[in-house]
Amino acid sequence: MNVNYFYSLLAVVGLGSVAYVGAGVAGLQGVFGIFIPYLAVVIFISGFINRVMGWARSPVPFRIPTTCGQQKSLDWIQQNKIDNPSTLFGVIIRMFLEIVLFRSLFKNTRTEIVGDKIAYKWVVWLWLFAILFHYSFLAVVVRHLRFFLEPVPFFVTFLEQIDGILQVGLPGVFLSGITLLAGAVLLLLRRILIPKINYISIAADYFPLLLIIGIALTGLMMRYFTKVDVVKVKELTMGLATFHMGIPEGGLSGLFFVHLFFVCILAAYIPFSKLMHMGGVFLSPTRNLANNGRMKRHINPWNPEVKFHTYDEYEDDFREKMIEAGLPVEKE
Amino acid sequence: MVDILKPEEMYNSIDYKIPSDRWEDVPPDLTLGNFCYPTKKKNQEYLGIVAKDEWSPADEDWKLPENWEEIIHEGFKERLDKYRSLKVFMDICVRCGACADKCHFFIGSGDPKNMPVLRAELLRSVYRKDFTTAGKILGSIAGARKITPLVIKEWFSYFYQCSECRRCSVYCPYGIDTAEITMMGRELLSLLGLNINWILEPVANCFRTGNHLGIQPHALKEMIEFFCDDIEEITGIKINPSFNRKGAEILFITPSGDFFADPGTYTMMGYLMLFEHIGLDYTLSTYASEGGNFGLFTSSDVMKRLNGKMFAEAKRLGVKWILGGECGHMWRVINQYMDTMNGPADFLEVPKSPITGTQFSNAASTKMVHIAEFTADLIKHNKLKLDPSRNDKFKVTFHDSCNPARAMGLLDEPRYVLKGVCNHFYEMPENTIREQTFCCGSGSGLNTEEIMDLRMRGGLPRANAVQHVHDKHGVNMLACICAIDRAALPPLMDYWVPEVGVTGIHELVGNALVMDGEIERTTDLRFEPLNEEEEQTDE
Repeated sequence: MNVNYFYSLLAVVGLGSVAYVGAGVAGLQGVFGIFIPYLAVVIFISGFINRVMGWARSPVPFRIPTTCGQQKSLDWIQQNKIDNPSTLFGVIIRMFLEIVLFRSLFKNTRTEIVGDKIAYKWVVWLWLFAILFHYSFLAVVVRHLRFFLEPVPFFVTFLEQIDGILQVGLPGVFLSGITLLAGAVLLLLRRILIPKINYISIAADYFPLLLIIGIALTGLMMRYFTKVDVVKVKELTMGLATFHMGIPEGGLSGLFFVHLFFVCILAAYIPFSKLMHMGGVFLSPTRNLANNGRMKRHINPWNPEVKFHTYDEYEDDFREKMIEAGLPVEKE
Repeated sequence: MVDILKPEEMYNSIDYKIPSDRWEDVPPDLTLGNFCYPTKKKNQEYLGIVAKDEWSPADEDWKLPENWEEIIHEGFKERLDKYRSLKVFMDICVRCGACADKCHFFIGSGDPKNMPVLRAELLRSVYRKDFTTAGKILGSIAGARKITPLVIKEWFSYFYQCSECRRCSVYCPYGIDTAEITMMGRELLSLLGLNINWILEPVANCFRTGNHLGIQPHALKEMIEFFCDDIEEITGIKINPSFNRKGAEILFITPSGDFFADPGTYTMMGYLMLFEHIGLDYTLSTYASEGGNFGLFTSSDVMKRLNGKMFAEAKRLGVKWILGGECGHMWRVINQYMDTMNGPADFLEVPKSPITGTQFSNAASTKMVHIAEFTADLIKHNKLKLDPSRNDKFKVTFHDSCNPARAMGLLDEPRYVLKGVCNHFYEMPENTIREQTFCCGSGSGLNTEEIMDLRMRGGLPRANAVQHVHDKHGVNMLACICAIDRAALPPLMDYWVPEVGVTGIHELVGNALVMDGEIERTTDLRFEPLNEEEEQTDE
């Protein structure tokens, strides 16, 4: 077994056991239900801000957009205003499509050698899995706002209606929970089974996927199989949200604390991991700048003084030859 | 020079099978033929950058300076503080693998470290160890590794197997640009005196003589006059271009490859004929006689030092604006760095074509216009008398050069010019042109003989697409707008698709241009008969 996923699996199982034993068996529900969630939120927020500020502290010395279409030049040449934007508006559209629709991933191709030709085939799978995974995750997060807000906002109930559109099972099946699990598993399988992707993967690629699979599995189990006491859960979570902390009478199941602990670990882990791509995608200089380097001067705050070879030095070097060749000179 | 495989052998040798060893445990291949020769110390000394005694990448001990680890650590830190791109790109890659098979060097070599994601991991693994908490504590579990002399060797090997073409960046969901990674990697290597000669010699030449080839002012004048003699022989028209002339309206700067090496020279003749025909008030400079900028492949400081001559010379001569020739990375520098580094060019005017009156507002700040923009505007306004049938023997396709495509977006202007001057134009497949174009395999200073195997492999995706249109439409001429292309594509075509020639687009303009008072043309600019097919039928 590849050590990278072994370590990650070990870490996730270990963390789950800690929560199960700690909260379920040893009864440390105050630690796992109150202290750790607050700690995780503090780490998440401060870590996230710290990381983004760290990026922001470094300047963008040069205007280096990757242009993916026709530039703005002559009036009669149609500019590609999205893929090669020259205005802030164009950049906003480009970034919006990138962040909301994963547009670049959608263009993905696979290179294959077919006889004496090299072929590039459009492949949609990575894009599809990524969209499935991210939007499911978003829907699940939004649905969980129900546990932290009273009254439950209209958009949460609205989303629940759409999410439960299949109207099967009791309690009704939410699609997003299942598609989140499916998305994460598909991304994981891709990482394990495709040799190239396996080769480039490190433990930090498997760990968050396994952790999220853990979150989804424990969530699904509580909702559909062990039927967690939702009223008690909400009592706990509303207590956290309103700073009236307390563990509901009789406590909650070990499984619930495994779920909650996984979520806490994920939140605290985000600022120190590749999951910061959720913030970094906004700050990538190859995408968030207009291609107007010739229209408007971009300022480099550390633009250095450097030694040039001046024309005078050049002429001093070659004056005789220049005069002989009939080239004009400054000093005869 | 090292002998390389025959095309068929090379093609069949490509294997995408992943090695069983982890990439961290696979040492770079630094046997002869697999590395660029190091620079001569005199070039480093001349430029006043870190100089290193003679060494070879094949040596076991590279004799790095005693405090090399500290130099790299401090250099890395400095660049993280200077470039948000580097910092963000180090942190946010999720290793999704979208870039993996987008690199021409990976496609041609199958070497997994030529997957852009792994090329970046070479740097990223060291970043994690030196600059992240997780990497410091967890070490290899967090994907961190300690820098060793072997890692330096690996950097040298793989940062000189990247042509900074930015194709991977197009497909990356975060726009992570391997060119940026490679540029940083090369800067760090340069701090240890590890430069390659094929880059640093042109840089040193350019610093002193104004151009990469080291052509001195009198010799440059002679070369141009030689072209004018050829033009006179072909067209009957004598051209007398001016040099270093104060008060000219326009300064024209083109890569020095166009003065020296076929087929760039024919493109140079095309420019001269065009300017003569429209009566342009322009001058050439012997001091700013290089459009290209190998400083881009060395460090941002060196890039700035070379680039500064353009504005300085424009100011000294008192021209109104600058016109630039066909070149790839030259235009990355002009479009993305020049004004920031050496502007503002407030002594120049917003470029305006004296022939058509068109104002080039897209160059309002740098005041520098691309010749393809300029000529497309002339053709659009019917200012050129053209006879495209003079190019009828050519079935032409167009190779988008990496930098004008992905660092500028100059895509339709050259196509418009081509369609105006030749009758047979065919596009290569969609995934191989425009922003998806493939590198010639020799960009960013890798156009050197000793790594011919790598260059032929890297150029394979481009050549294979040419092969496709050659088979399908009989394409026999590959047009491009880059001096490195004009140097690198001919051997590439000879190797993979020997029936296809290479040309700049202004060579074809020169062929088609009907100049006032010209004699009847019997040959093209290469002194070859205008219509080969007819000749063959006559026989």
